[in-house]
Amino acid sequence: MTDATVVMEKPASQGKAIWQQFRTHKGALFGLIVLGILIVSVVIGPFLWVPEKLRVAEAIMLKNQGPSLRFPLGTDQLGRDMLSRMMAAGKVSLAVGFVAMFIAMTVGTTIGILAGYFKRLDGPLMRLTDMFLALPLIPLLLVMVMLFRDRIASIIGPEMGAFALIVFAIGVTSWMQAARIVRGEVLALKEREYVLAARSIGAIPRRIIFRHILPNVVSPVMVAATLGIADAIITESVLSFLGLGFPPDFPTWGRLLFDGLSYMQIYPERVIWPGIAISLTVLSVNYIGDGLRDALDPRIRGR
Amino acid sequence: MLTFTLRRLLLAIPTLLLISLVIFFLVDLAPGSPASEIPLTVPAEVRAKILEAMGVNAPVYVRYGLWLKQFFYIEPLYAFDSLTGSHYAEGMQRIISYQTRSPVFDVIVQRLPQTLIVIGTAYLVGILIAVPIGIYSAYRQYSLFDQFGTLLAMIGFSVPTFFSGTLFIIIFAVWFGWFPTKYDTTLNVTDWASFWKQVRQMTLPVMTLGLANAASISRYMRSSMLENMGQDYVRTARAKGMSEQTVVLKHVLRNSMIPVVTVIALGIPSIFGGAIITENLFGVSGIGSALIGAIHANDLPMVQTLAFIFAILIVLFNLIADVLYGLLDPRIRYD
Amino acid sequence: MKLKTALLGAACAFAMAPAAFAERGSDGTVNVLYSQAPSTLNPYLSSGTKDVENASIILEGMAGFDEKGVVFPRLAESVPTVENGGISADLTTITWKLKPGLLWSDGTPVTSADAKFTYEYCTAPDGGCAQAARYEGIKSVDTPDDLTVVITFDGPKPNPYQAFVGGTSPILQKAQFEACMGAAASTCTAQNFGPIGTGPFKVVEFKTNDTVTLEANPNYRDPAKPAFAKMIVKGGGDAESAARAVMQTGEFDYAWNTQINPELQAQMMTGGKGVFVNGFGTLVERIEMNMTDPDPQWPEGERSTPKHAHPILSDINVRTALSKAIDRQILVDVGYGTAGRPTCNLVPAPEMFASDNTGCIAQDMPGAKKLLDDAGWVPGADGIREKDGKKLHILYQTSTNPVRQDFQALIKDWWTELGVDVELKNIDGSVYFGGDAGSPDTFQKFYADVEMYANNFDGTDPEPYLAQYLCNKIPGPDNQWQGENINRFCDPAYDAMVAEMGKTSDMAKRAELAKKMNDMLTKDSMVVVPLVDRGRLSAASNALGGVNLNVWDTEMWNVQDWYRVK
Repeated sequence: MTDATVVMEKPASQGKAIWQQFRTHKGALFGLIVLGILIVSVVIGPFLWVPEKLRVAEAIMLKNQGPSLRFPLGTDQLGRDMLSRMMAAGKVSLAVGFVAMFIAMTVGTTIGILAGYFKRLDGPLMRLTDMFLALPLIPLLLVMVMLFRDRIASIIGPEMGAFALIVFAIGVTSWMQAARIVRGEVLALKEREYVLAARSIGAIPRRIIFRHILPNVVSPVMVAATLGIADAIITESVLSFLGLGFPPDFPTWGRLLFDGLSYMQIYPERVIWPGIAISLTVLSVNYIGDGLRDALDPRIRGR
Repeated sequence: MLTFTLRRLLLAIPTLLLISLVIFFLVDLAPGSPASEIPLTVPAEVRAKILEAMGVNAPVYVRYGLWLKQFFYIEPLYAFDSLTGSHYAEGMQRIISYQTRSPVFDVIVQRLPQTLIVIGTAYLVGILIAVPIGIYSAYRQYSLFDQFGTLLAMIGFSVPTFFSGTLFIIIFAVWFGWFPTKYDTTLNVTDWASFWKQVRQMTLPVMTLGLANAASISRYMRSSMLENMGQDYVRTARAKGMSEQTVVLKHVLRNSMIPVVTVIALGIPSIFGGAIITENLFGVSGIGSALIGAIHANDLPMVQTLAFIFAILIVLFNLIADVLYGLLDPRIRYD
Repeated sequence: MKLKTALLGAACAFAMAPAAFAERGSDGTVNVLYSQAPSTLNPYLSSGTKDVENASIILEGMAGFDEKGVVFPRLAESVPTVENGGISADLTTITWKLKPGLLWSDGTPVTSADAKFTYEYCTAPDGGCAQAARYEGIKSVDTPDDLTVVITFDGPKPNPYQAFVGGTSPILQKAQFEACMGAAASTCTAQNFGPIGTGPFKVVEFKTNDTVTLEANPNYRDPAKPAFAKMIVKGGGDAESAARAVMQTGEFDYAWNTQINPELQAQMMTGGKGVFVNGFGTLVERIEMNMTDPDPQWPEGERSTPKHAHPILSDINVRTALSKAIDRQILVDVGYGTAGRPTCNLVPAPEMFASDNTGCIAQDMPGAKKLLDDAGWVPGADGIREKDGKKLHILYQTSTNPVRQDFQALIKDWWTELGVDVELKNIDGSVYFGGDAGSPDTFQKFYADVEMYANNFDGTDPEPYLAQYLCNKIPGPDNQWQGENINRFCDPAYDAMVAEMGKTSDMAKRAELAKKMNDMLTKDSMVVVPLVDRGRLSAASNALGGVNLNVWDTEMWNVQDWYRVK
């Protein structure tokens, strides 16, 4: 009951209070900084680091080099500079990861809350979830691409079209877990005393959901979101592998990892770079999520 | 609870029928045809005849109707026959795979054991590692143990199994030579020697999958425990002088299980679905590799049957999860 | 004298050491790994290489092809030729004589009725026989006695070694498959999964798409063979893990088709547990040029059909320049290593059919640029060449495969240097090669300007392969996009040569025609741009002897001669 009163007493400074609590969380700050560095380096990096333009025959002579001043992260099997590829890949992977995760979490949380809170919707929505869980992923994606690729591409261009399609495909096929988890939590939450109390004083469902239910499901949603980003980055590489994603000369972290796999034994750095990049992203998002959860929890914030 | 369960079971029938219809049309609509398996050296006329003989060319509703009849009538009848030795299903066409030109259920029966053993063990190992780690991490939040666990878990789910599996092969099979890299499905466990062989050949795939599972379950466990540790009832319980053990393991744990149960219940059907990449990498020819092979070969009867059994399991385990919610938290009511 | 005999004997024993020690079943178990698992052991129900290869351990034909592509007798006493009277002078009949006393693995005798039955089995309506092409043009199969099979053709057959020759058309046992004719074929699971054969091994257990367990055939015609008592063929996984299981962990004796990148090949060789064996057949990785316009502005049904000629690729100078800009040796080094070599030919083998065309091997970037300059394709403001308002923009598609994506990247770089704007696209193999008329992404539909894939031909005769480029084999909406003339090449002179080859039986003349046709498609018109002659690459353990890679028949062709090196 306490959290409801705190929220109502000082609504204006809530954002500030959350930030203050968030700042004291060392892990969260670390996560924010690392993520910031990653984002800045993939956005600005390509302007600062322009790889020399080599002819194919020259580049081939320089294939599979280790890190050096000329190639800070080495070169790949065709003699392409890994640093510039990593940066180009990061832009795509981060964008895909975050947007797809955001779509999946929004859809999942919405469906989960609606199903958990409104009895009438529970049946239909959960059966829908069951259906999406049961659909075989690859045919679903193949059909989606066949139906929509050319249409989307004709509206917003091939590259943006591929991005929109990938993000949509990943989002649409990965919201189910979040939905089931949120629903389970909501089923329990809505019987808690403070929700009953709110209902008994005549609060409308919308208010109850936003004030009392939503803040309490943040924690599992955060975990799902962290997992979701890693999943989305990897799923993207699977999609491109099936020929459903970006054109083959378009690097992404997932693809670099996959391509490097067969060279892992000889040139381990080929898999280490993208592996580190993905892990760092996930790790920083996880810590930010941790901090955010603590900050959003009025019981911790008060202390 | 009983009426709820019964009602849900009844409701599951139309749901599943609808799901089967959607899957069928989806797989049928997907681009690609069983012809992709036929080498390019085979002339077009022969190709067309092969497809004709598979029955690919019949209208989609005819094939769906046939599949329904085979799945719900002929196959159960056949199973009854093989149990009792009767001959009711004699001469009836069972569900035939395009790829192998043999009954789909024979393949499933053949592959189920290794899937259940390997993937099931991996899942169990995952849960057994994850739950204690999650509990202790939450109990000692931000301790060294927690930080280390977090780091490992993050690495665990940001590296895909195709990567960790290959890494394990290189380290444990190539360098150390401790374990085989290919699973022998013909091995029969009859004595200690063959049991030991079975354990050895299971180790690498179980490790690969178990780590991935443990990573995600432990995160859910930890976050859910944390959520509950700060609750008033915990303070009350402590104030009443209960031991830490009782507080954590009885009160907090029980209330923290809902998201974890959801995740585990969602995961169990996927044991049946197998682990496509891991199965392929280690040659554990289970359901997962059958499904992906069938998808690539556009083997519609196989894909449809596997996806549908998968759907049944999902519906079933979600129902079980719902029942468990009610047991874990008696305030949850469905009536 | 005695000493001399003994010495002679010792020398003999030394020379044929493996054979002398060999006794059937004395060498234990041999483990083979197929990165694609066989789904059936009846090659008439599936023409997949993995299925045919595995079936060839169990089933045999009258004759086979050896590692040089020469026909040698298996069940037949000798190979019939015109000279020995086995083939009639007018080339309309061929007479096969079975070796006397042959037994099936179940102990019953092999007779000519089995061969006749096999023909009937594969030509039965509604059976969907996967090897029907091998029995095409046969009027009748007669069995004058138990050991004689006479095949009569519709007309003269210059290459009669089709039916009952090689792993793709073995002889089935009549008694076993009698009830499996036509539409009943797929109900015979027990038969399809456990065919009774005459080969060195017989099936003990078959787990589809997983493992074949075999044991030595007790009735195999050579009492000393096979040396192994048991053979296990495990399927599944990928080329890399298969190579590793032979070369590094030593779990398996032989791994089929271990096509991995050259550096990994070199690294695995250092393991010292095995070697890679390779051989070159007829598989050529090539770029096909689309002679028709794939522009989406045309309505469905006119896109990529001869209704509209390709705006830029119709110009032979553009095609030639694109080919000149490619350095094939680099492609080989990056993608295949020892398992590939640059080629300019569509038909790279057998030797007598291979043209001496090597003009494309050396890269000639200045020449390519000059060609385009002279033809009026000059660089525009953005560096892209154009002529009459048409830009050199190319959509380049292929299937998903790491080597092909590397090739795409390299070729894109070369073509960009040439002043061509290249857009890449990769498509999942099951869609690309699926031939689904509803999908826009199949290689037959060819909704792109150029595309890359590999193709080969069965056996040693290129005639049907070259006949794919006939005008009437162009894929289009009227034939559900099933034609084989992928690049929509159409030349009446070429059609006439195909017809002529069909009537020619003189080998030298056939070879000459084949070379001429090959040149027409490649160096004369640059419609087909061959890149790499791809060999087969498999891995064999040092502990396995007798391996002799054969690209003209199945890799399991001489499994009866395999033995354990001690």
